[in-house]
Amino acid sequence: METKLTNQIVLNKIKQKFPSAILSTEEFQGDFILYVDTNQIHELLKFLKEDSELCFEQSTDITAVDWATRKNRFSMVYQLLSYKNNYRLRVMCYVDGSLHHPTVSDIWPGANWQEREVYDMYGIIFDNHPDLRRMYLPEYFEKYPLRKDYPLMGNPGDFKLPTIIED
Amino acid sequence: MENKINEVPRINFVDPEEAAIYKALQKQSEIIIEDKLENTMVLNMGPQHPATHGVLRLLLKLDGERVVGCVPELGYLHRGYEKLAENMTYYEYIPHTDRLDYLATMANNVHYVLAVEKLAGIDIPDRAKWIRMIVAELSRIASHLIGIGTMAMDVGALTILLWSLREREKIQSIFDKVCGARFTTSYTRIGGVASDIDDEGIAMIKKFIDEFPFYLHEMEKLLHTNKIFLDRCEGIAYISKEDAIAIGFTGPNLRGSGVEWDLRVKQPYLFYDKVDFKVPTYTEGDALARYYVRVDETLESCKIIRQCLEKMQPGSIIANEPKKVLPKKEEIYTRMEELIHDFMLVNFGMNPPKGNIYAGFENPKGELGFYIVSQGKGYPWKLKIRSPSFNNLQALPMLVKGHLVSDVVAIIGSIDPVMGEADK
Repeated sequence: METKLTNQIVLNKIKQKFPSAILSTEEFQGDFILYVDTNQIHELLKFLKEDSELCFEQSTDITAVDWATRKNRFSMVYQLLSYKNNYRLRVMCYVDGSLHHPTVSDIWPGANWQEREVYDMYGIIFDNHPDLRRMYLPEYFEKYPLRKDYPLMGNPGDFKLPTIIED
Repeated sequence: MENKINEVPRINFVDPEEAAIYKALQKQSEIIIEDKLENTMVLNMGPQHPATHGVLRLLLKLDGERVVGCVPELGYLHRGYEKLAENMTYYEYIPHTDRLDYLATMANNVHYVLAVEKLAGIDIPDRAKWIRMIVAELSRIASHLIGIGTMAMDVGALTILLWSLREREKIQSIFDKVCGARFTTSYTRIGGVASDIDDEGIAMIKKFIDEFPFYLHEMEKLLHTNKIFLDRCEGIAYISKEDAIAIGFTGPNLRGSGVEWDLRVKQPYLFYDKVDFKVPTYTEGDALARYYVRVDETLESCKIIRQCLEKMQPGSIIANEPKKVLPKKEEIYTRMEELIHDFMLVNFGMNPPKGNIYAGFENPKGELGFYIVSQGKGYPWKLKIRSPSFNNLQALPMLVKGHLVSDVVAIIGSIDPVMGEADK
């Protein structure tokens, strides 16, 4: 008989291993959210994946949020799923002012493209990422469109048209 | 004496004179012998290729006819739907969800409004839940029919596509009857659905689910005994259970690798816990297994629709929450209160509480999730779409390695991506 994983069990397990990592927690509409110290995010996520009881095997989604006016402008959001326990967990942390953030693509291979998309849209640079290129936009594109200071209609000249060679 | 017999004489295949000519030629043209073996070339497949299911571009590195490397390039259909979502109300975004997975429009509509309802905490009437389940399952059948048909066409069986399109056409006609549009449905509303299904619509759905298994069986007869189809799909693009989970596979692709995981069963929403259906799972993990999962799922969807039609009772189709749900048109014209609510909802949107939610649902292609950050305004601060095709496509470089160029189309067909969703 397996015990069902609850928010409290997860929280206790993480607190045992990382006493100072969790800044705060939140429960909203049935979702459980952990706010985590940025310096320990990589070790914590590695622990969540490799722990035999928690077993978060899939990173369902990785994204960032631009808070525009806050001191720490960007937040990273990790949406994790444990197939073994049928349990979802959301881990959030701030991104440093330098916009450098540790990659998790070495923990979950599926995070590779998800982080490339975040880099494309928000300009957050993932250290040690194996293939950090833009996901959707062309390489010459200089801005990051999902930032709040980027206008909805775009800037004229951001997309360069192909030059016509006259013969 | 014996030693001499056992000694194999060395034969010079190349005439010494000829060898000298070759050497001279080499010096002239500066060819090194080893270079002849390194004949890899780069093939550009797509974005305008009929087998890439839209505008997927693949850069394939080939050694002879074997693929040794693959780099997918996305973004040819990128329309910035996440940026658009931040600049419009929750209601205005419903039509845009049609354009995500354009083969399963109804499922997208249903799952988007379910996510918004989770954020706002709206409970919807029973009849609306049953109707949503019916249309979502119908669109699952439509999506899988295209998946089956195009995969069979890619490996050379064109007839199946024509037959599956004929069946899909009937579903489109049902959508036309139910909501007034065949393709861009935008049928659901926050708090319910736009219109009720009348008796004629129910009769059409009943007729379809009665006839469909027979036509599907006909397709199966044509494909499942077809040696060419089986040989081309069996054992191709194997992916193990652990790899499939780690790379982000969801939906039929994951179930083809032996993971019995369906969000309709594991994390039930709507009334999926009140209907009885199986989760088809195959353990082979190859292209053929993924195809079989899709075929079996269409029949399970028929079962679900039949149970929904039996259990559906007459009643209201939209929730009675004036601050969050749009009022009826007649009431707007005749009542003051409804007019004010309509004005506020259309201009400023409904105001869900502050917070952020993630809601994942079982779309035909896999897990479609919406991550919504609300600041208490009528517009979402951020709306992230977790699209199944995007995450499924990520496994493509891993899957095509070592296979023939002609197998690449079969592998793309077995993953069944839709670029409208992968590119957002």
